[in-house]
Amino acid sequence: MSVTTLSSPALAQRQPNWIVRLFDYKPFLIAMCLAPALGLLAVFLTYPLGLGVWLAFTDTTIGRRGIFVGLENFQYLLTDPLWWNAVFYSVFYTAIATFGKFALGFWLALLLNNHFPFKSVLRAIVLLPWIVPTVLSALAFWWIYDPQFSIISYLLVDVLHWRSSNIDFLGSPWPARFSLIAANIWRGIPFVAISLLAGLQTISPSLYEAAMLDGASAWQRFRYITFPMMMPILAIVMTFSIIFTFTDFQLVYAITRGGPVNSTHLLATLAFQRGIAGGELGEGAAIAVSMIPFLVFATLFSYFGLARRKWQQGEAND
Amino acid sequence: MTDAVAQGSSVTKAAPDTMAWDSGLRRLMMIYLPLGCFVLILLFPFYWMAITSFKPNAELMNYKDHNPFWISSPTLAHIKHLLFDTAYPRWLKTTMLVAIGSTTLSLIASTLAAYAIERLRFRGSPYVGLGIYLAYLVPPSILFIPLATVVVQFGLFDSPLALILVYPTFLVPFCTWLLIGYFKSIPYELEECALVDGATRLQILRRITLPLAVPGLISAGIFSFTLSWNEFIYALAFIQSGANKTVPVAILTELVTGDVYQWGALMAGSLLGSLPVAIFYSLFVDYYVSSLTGAVKE
Repeated sequence: MSVTTLSSPALAQRQPNWIVRLFDYKPFLIAMCLAPALGLLAVFLTYPLGLGVWLAFTDTTIGRRGIFVGLENFQYLLTDPLWWNAVFYSVFYTAIATFGKFALGFWLALLLNNHFPFKSVLRAIVLLPWIVPTVLSALAFWWIYDPQFSIISYLLVDVLHWRSSNIDFLGSPWPARFSLIAANIWRGIPFVAISLLAGLQTISPSLYEAAMLDGASAWQRFRYITFPMMMPILAIVMTFSIIFTFTDFQLVYAITRGGPVNSTHLLATLAFQRGIAGGELGEGAAIAVSMIPFLVFATLFSYFGLARRKWQQGEAND
Repeated sequence: MTDAVAQGSSVTKAAPDTMAWDSGLRRLMMIYLPLGCFVLILLFPFYWMAITSFKPNAELMNYKDHNPFWISSPTLAHIKHLLFDTAYPRWLKTTMLVAIGSTTLSLIASTLAAYAIERLRFRGSPYVGLGIYLAYLVPPSILFIPLATVVVQFGLFDSPLALILVYPTFLVPFCTWLLIGYFKSIPYELEECALVDGATRLQILRRITLPLAVPGLISAGIFSFTLSWNEFIYALAFIQSGANKTVPVAILTELVTGDVYQWGALMAGSLLGSLPVAIFYSLFVDYYVSSLTGAVKE
């Protein structure tokens, strides 16, 4: 602070240009620096968020300004079996996919944390499913799940002779639900693995040495060193993963579009179908707003994860 | 098999912190085998995508006479169909324009914001930072319906400009957090020296802070580029006409026609749509990894 006051007079002497002086005036400079980012976020994020909540209480359709109808949209949703179905599948999808992603991703991170040749190449390959546009890899899964020419069915029926008929992946509700979850896990593993690997690499090896000297087994080292040390980063990555799995849209839209018989609708795809495709903006917005309580819950989870990190590490670290 | 074992034991010797009980066979079973399975499963959809796009239709639909894992007579017909019979080059151009435009916009906005939050240090700057972080937690799925009405109000419906303006909503929070981390790592003393020497704040940003933050800017830039290339829901909701669509949306909505899916063309489209980001990715792998992990650690 004192530095600024010291330098300003010197500057004013040398450069009498008022524009330069204005840009060196701190409050103005701060405002100028924050304006583009906050402006963009206010117009295209905060305002639509508020507008979305407002739309949820109106009966707006495409091309017609709606009027305020109170809780009517939500009352309707509560009696709508499709909405309940979407809530159920969103929660189910998030729960199973998150569990799968973290179990497999953590395992992969532990594997990648070993010493072996071509490690960086392998790490690059592992991240590939996350880099490629989700819709395009979803199309590949659609083709893999083809009822007639599925390569998995071919392997099981013609090569291994484990089954006598092709698997109908997307034709009936439960197989379709699990097929989508499998595709989501496939796509989520890289992000989880690489993030957790970064966390693993920050754990000091001396902790493991000390535990080995005390005679801790491999499982004990994992349970009492790796796992507690990974808790903070696990909490953050998991919050992100839960939020973006719960609000997932692309995979379901690309592979099943909510079918068969609306059994695989997530809240986001249902909102799209009603709001944009069907033109009922008010109702679509209500469906989208109904996701918010779940997201708030996940964010609070993240907040407490962060608080825990500060408490754990003290102030010496970071 | 023996190769891997030999490799494993040589690594054991080379790395002193590997445990003594870590015999070669154990390493093979516990590390290389599961790793191999992971890589196989993670890469298989891409292999399948690639191989399908070069297969003639006769082979695609006949697993009895042709081994489905290989191509007996590769063909470029699907690629040719995609490049010359569809608007693919047009979609590619639009996507490129949108990705570059939104990346540039977000980089400028987030560099300035990160500099203000981390270096200009005003009262409440941590709260502004927290607010921007919270913006990252708002998923596009709850925003696209009201955003569609906003885009219509602004008269930007069906225009790539809408996407350029809307993508920063998820790019700016990410880039700002990444850059705050980078600015933190640059010693503040450098700026103080410059201030004492009579440099203005903007000169400091341009001559000292930005050149030192170049790795962070590259990370943020390529990451934003990839995210905007892959974005789907906004592009689907805001763009109507076939010519203005982005690659991911166009391949799903324009190539899926009728009841019989043209799997060859679809997979060729997916392959060509993925290749630009994949190539980009292969050039900047380390930046991706560092930005991904950096953002998480922040």
